[in-house]
Order: sequence, then structure tokens, then C-alpha cells
Amino acid sequence: MPSSIMPIRICDLRLTKGERAVLGGVDLTIDKSGITVIMGPNGAGKTLLLRCLHGLIRPDQGQITLGHLRVADSRDQQAMVFQQPVLLRRTALQNLAFAAPVIAKSRPQRLIEALESVHLADRAHQPARMLSGGEQQRLALARALLGKPALLLLDEATASLDPASVLVIESLVKAQSAQGTKVILVSHDQGQARRLADDVVFMSDGQVAEQSPANQFFASPRTPVAKAYLAGEILL
Amino acid sequence: MKHLVIFVALAFSTHTLADTIIVQSTTSTQNSGLYDYLLPLLKKDTGVQVNIVAVGTGQAIKNAMRCDGDVLLVHARSDEEKFVADGYGEYRRDLMYNDFVIIGPKADPANVAGAGDVIEALRRIRQAGARFASRGDDSGTHKKERSLWQAAAIDPDAGSGQWYLETGSGMGATLNTGVSLGAYVLSDRATWISFANKQDSTILFEGKPALFNQYGIIPVNADKCPNVNREAANTFTQWLLSETGQAAIAAYQVEGKQLFFRTPARLHSTIELK
Amino acid sequence: MNALAEAFRLIITLDPDLFEILWLSIRVSLIALVIAAVIGLPLGTWLAITRFPGRKFCILLLNALMGMPPVVVGLIVYLLLSRSGPLGWLGLLYTPSAMIIAQVVLITPIIAALSNQVIENLHQEYSDTFYSMGITGRRAVVAYLVDARYALTTCILAGFGRAIAEVGAVIIVGGNIDHVTRVMTTAIALETSKGNLTLALALGTVLLTLSLLVNALVIGVREYAAERQYA
Repeated sequence: MPSSIMPIRICDLRLTKGERAVLGGVDLTIDKSGITVIMGPNGAGKTLLLRCLHGLIRPDQGQITLGHLRVADSRDQQAMVFQQPVLLRRTALQNLAFAAPVIAKSRPQRLIEALESVHLADRAHQPARMLSGGEQQRLALARALLGKPALLLLDEATASLDPASVLVIESLVKAQSAQGTKVILVSHDQGQARRLADDVVFMSDGQVAEQSPANQFFASPRTPVAKAYLAGEILL
Repeated sequence: MKHLVIFVALAFSTHTLADTIIVQSTTSTQNSGLYDYLLPLLKKDTGVQVNIVAVGTGQAIKNAMRCDGDVLLVHARSDEEKFVADGYGEYRRDLMYNDFVIIGPKADPANVAGAGDVIEALRRIRQAGARFASRGDDSGTHKKERSLWQAAAIDPDAGSGQWYLETGSGMGATLNTGVSLGAYVLSDRATWISFANKQDSTILFEGKPALFNQYGIIPVNADKCPNVNREAANTFTQWLLSETGQAAIAAYQVEGKQLFFRTPARLHSTIELK
Repeated sequence: MNALAEAFRLIITLDPDLFEILWLSIRVSLIALVIAAVIGLPLGTWLAITRFPGRKFCILLLNALMGMPPVVVGLIVYLLLSRSGPLGWLGLLYTPSAMIIAQVVLITPIIAALSNQVIENLHQEYSDTFYSMGITGRRAVVAYLVDARYALTTCILAGFGRAIAEVGAVIIVGGNIDHVTRVMTTAIALETSKGNLTLALALGTVLLTLSLLVNALVIGVREYAAERQYA
């Protein structure tokens, strides 16, 4: 299944907001499985790129293909976890049931297992929005994984979460990747990037500045801007 | 939309009983409690169930012209005759009468009580600069009042909003307004007697032939309005005109006073059933 | 004070006339409410989450209809249901059904417009997630209605309040016929016109009490929802 959405090709992707070109001709090919981390300073266009990939934003120009598929045709193979988890005004379990009605009907036990995987089994019948921020994000991840997506997108999903939740989410993402799901993750957290990334895409000013295997990127970034970013000279 | 209407219709399907009729009526007969007294007697005698829609005479006639009633019971003779002449009514009969009275504050600033006739009474109101509350709703009472102003050669519209207050409402609402403002009001006697919010107002002028108030009854023409329950409408009409009905009307009293008077026998002795 | 005492007396003596018209009031308004909610809620929701040319105009129209004078509604429904009107053959004029229809026309825009606002807010929060999860159409409408259920009860009860307190429309299409179409408001109008102000006020007090009960219920529902972050 993963093969069907690979490789991911992004060609001359452009998007303007008002006068500003927020994506200024992004060219990018992701052809390796594993975890790709998109890094870069604020306003580099990381989140916009991810949203274009997911079909949430229609670019002004450019093409995205996932294997042989266009974005619109690949959407049922994708799942996305947002920075702010949006949960329905129901219990934790009902949130999962809503996302996967077929599973809820045929194999309800799967939902409990999904809750167990994010250590929320004891919260099953609590109103989801009463959970802590970390718990809510864990639930959102469990929900995203229910459909066994071929491509999982995470948009700063662990920013400002408690360390325990970050660890739970990271290990789950790793495990998912190991099972063959392609993961693309936007992160500001260098530690997290080092822990997770198989390769890194570095963006700056609405363009891809550098794309390298993770160990190479962190050891010796090729571009000055990436070097400065890693050195903490560009804040955020 | 249609399904919805039918659903709602089924929700309340009890209204179309065979012997039920709708009477488009003037308000005074309802407000005075006459129907509460008469209808149970009628039901016992004839089995006819009567639903009263009490609105001003003008509106009652218009509603009946749209076939929204089986019988018309109002008090504006010329309009009633026109209604029948235009083919909307089967026939018209005098049903009963009482009279109009002029209501005003006990202090009577315009000295209406001392007037020789109703024309003079109205002129005194105008000259004293006193306020007058009018129905202003094209009802029988309103039509009567307008004809009296005309006879007195006064154009009240010139003072509309100043001394001439048109409430555009029923008799009761107009009396409430008049009583609160200490204004003069032309009312039918029945509504006034049974009116419970008299406060400081009282009957100041009455008992003149010009204030005669005749009620008429007209079954709606079933040829024009196929939905009319001709038989029940006739039963109702004839019962009211019969000795039993007329005696019942005459027997109805509020606070020891008779409100409606039976029509002299000669006026309805020649009733022929259609 | 006399009115309060009279209201109290009518209630504790279980005055049959009072309870007949009170029951009819509640019955008519509840049925109207159910119909208006079945139409208004999905309509308001659908207008909140779909985009098509003329959508803004539809919402504008709903908001304008919300302020439609009851007398005008009564008149329109009267002309429709009148024996010489297009729906005259149904024989509904001067029946409780006619009052229900008038109230449905009156409160459907209220429920639709208010729920539209509620769902619009929820939609801003949910739209990305629903898009991501591939939830569209009927499933989305139902999900929004379910998730906004507590806020929507407020919309619905606003409609109920308007329906049960309304006199202008029901007196025209119902005719205020004793034992047939006389409801609380038309009875109040009648007693006022008879000059029985104490009785009219007493009936008004009973209606107010009903309104208080309904609103207490709304507040209870809201608190329950707020406690669970469901509001």
C-alpha cells in the first residue's frame, strides 16, 4: 500500500497571500519511506506546504503527485494531526467511533485498543474536551491512525505538550513508520527532529533550501541559512 | 409543503364534525357573554355546534365573502343588504336590537349629558375640545359613529391624533383607551354593560332613536360557497329567530340589565326557508 | 397583586378552562416547534457549511424573516387557508392546525437563522478536521447538529418562546374560538377587550410562569454542557 503514494513529487508550487509569495516555487521529491521532518524558520512555508499536500489549500500554481495519484484522489490514504487538536463534543471513545463508523460497528474492540495505544483506555468514557492538552493530542493521533493511512502528516503536533505526551506520540509515530506508513512531520523542535528524522527538508522563504539525510543534515548542513538555524542564530 | 400540511391536518382531525358551523360575528355579542349563554341552549335543542369568530363587522363581512363562515351576524344594515344583494348571503333578517350610548368621564367636561340630541352631544364634545376615542376599524359601531359625525357636519379626521383618537381596535380595546384617557366613546350598550374596567366613566348620553342599533343575521350563500353547511346554518338562524331563540335573547341579562331586545314580531314573520 | 392571587387561584383550583387553553397552547406550540426544528435546524446547518452563490442572500433573507411581524404571517396564512384561497380545500382555517402552520412559518426562520450562527462558529473550528477525515454532506450536517446540541436547544427554546407568546398570527388564523382555537394569548386579548384586566393579567402570569420554567430548563442544560466542555 505505501508504494501507491510514493514517490511524492512537488513541482513548482506557488501560493501568494495578498502581495507576498508565501510559497515561491517549491520543488521537492520525497521517494524514501520512513520519517521526513520539515524544518525551517517561522514563515518559511512549512505548514502551508503540508496543507497543500493534504488538499486543505489549493495552490495558485504547481503540481503535486503521490505515486500516480493527484492530491484529491489520495485523500483517503492520508491522515493529518494538527497543532491544535479538534475533538468533537463527545466522549473519547465516541470520537474514535465517529471517525471510523465501520470499525465501530464491526470491531469495537479495535477502538479500545487504539485508546490503549495512546494510554487513554481509562479515559474512554470521559468528555474528550475535558482531557488535558497532551491527552487530547494523543486521542487525535489515535483517531488519525484508525484508518491505517499510507501517509501521516503532523503539523507541529507536539508543540507545547507535556513531555510524557510527547514521548507517547513520538514512539507511536516511530512504530507507525516502521509498519510502512510514510510520515511527514513539521517541527520546530530540533531534539525531536534528531530523534525521529530519517531525512530532513529545510525550508526558508517559501522555498526548499536543502534536503538531506538526517545524520548528514545535523552533522554538516550545506546551506548557510540551515547552519544558522541549527546554531540557534535564527530564533524559531 | 403539501405533506406537511396534510400531516398537520391529521394531527387535528376533530374539527370537521357534521353539524359544526362557523359564525363570523361582531364582537359585542361575544364580549357581552351572549353566546356563552345562547349556544348551550341551541346545542341542546338542535345539536348544532357553533364556532364563533368574533371580529369587527367590516372584517366579518369580508371574511364571509371569502367563504370563511357559514353565518354572518353583524350590525351594519346597509352593508348587510349589499352582501345579500351581491349574492353572498341567502337572506337577511333582523335578529335583535339594542342601542348605542355615549360613554365619558363622570365629570362630563363637554356637558354631553345635557344635550338635546346626539348631534348636539357630538358638537358639544368638539366645542369643549374634549377627546373622543373612535374604533377606527370599519366595524358596525365605527360606521355608525362616522354617520353621526357626518350628520353633525363635523369632520373628525381634521383632528385625528389630536382630539379624535382612532384606536383601530375592537370595542373593548377602544373602551380601555377611552376610559384611561377620560375620552368620550360611542359604544354599543351590551359591551359597555358587561365591560369590567369602567373606572371613572359612565353612560352620559342615551335613549335617542338615532342611536338605535340593529343586529342582522345572514346565512352565507351555499351556492357561492360550497363548503357552507347550509342545513346547519339554517337551523342556527331559524332557531335564533324562533320564539324559543328570541325569548332566550330577551332573557339574557348582565348585572340585572337586559342587553339585547327581540325584534318585533312583524319584522320576521315572513321568513321563508330556502 | 390581585392578578397574582387570581393566577394562583386558577392554578391551585385546577381551573378546567385555564388548563384547556393552556394545554392547547402548549400542544400547538410544541407541534409547531417540532416541525420548525425538523426544517430549520438542517437548513441552518446546511447554509453554514456549504458554499454556493446566493448563500449570503439566503442567510440575509432568513435574518429578515426572523423579524417578520406575526400579523403579516397570520394574514398570509389566512389568505392561503381561506376557503377561497389556494389551500382552502383542506378546510384548515379556524382549526389548531392553522395555528400550527402560522407558528411554523413564524419560527422556522428563527430556528434556522440562530442555528446557522451556532453552526457557523462550530464549522470554523471543525472544518479542517472534518475535511481531513473526509466527512461531508449528510454526515457532516448530522455531526454538527449532534455536537451543537446544547447550543441548539437554546435556539429551539427561543423559537418556542416566540411561538407560545405570539398572538397576532394565531388570532387571525385560529379565530379565537372557545374550546377550539382559544389559546393563552388569544384568551388574554379577549379578556383585555372585555375589560377583565385582572383575569387577563392572571393568565399572563400563568404564561410567564411557563416561560420561567422553560428558561430554567435552558439554563440547566447549558450548565450541564459547560461542565463537560460540550457547550
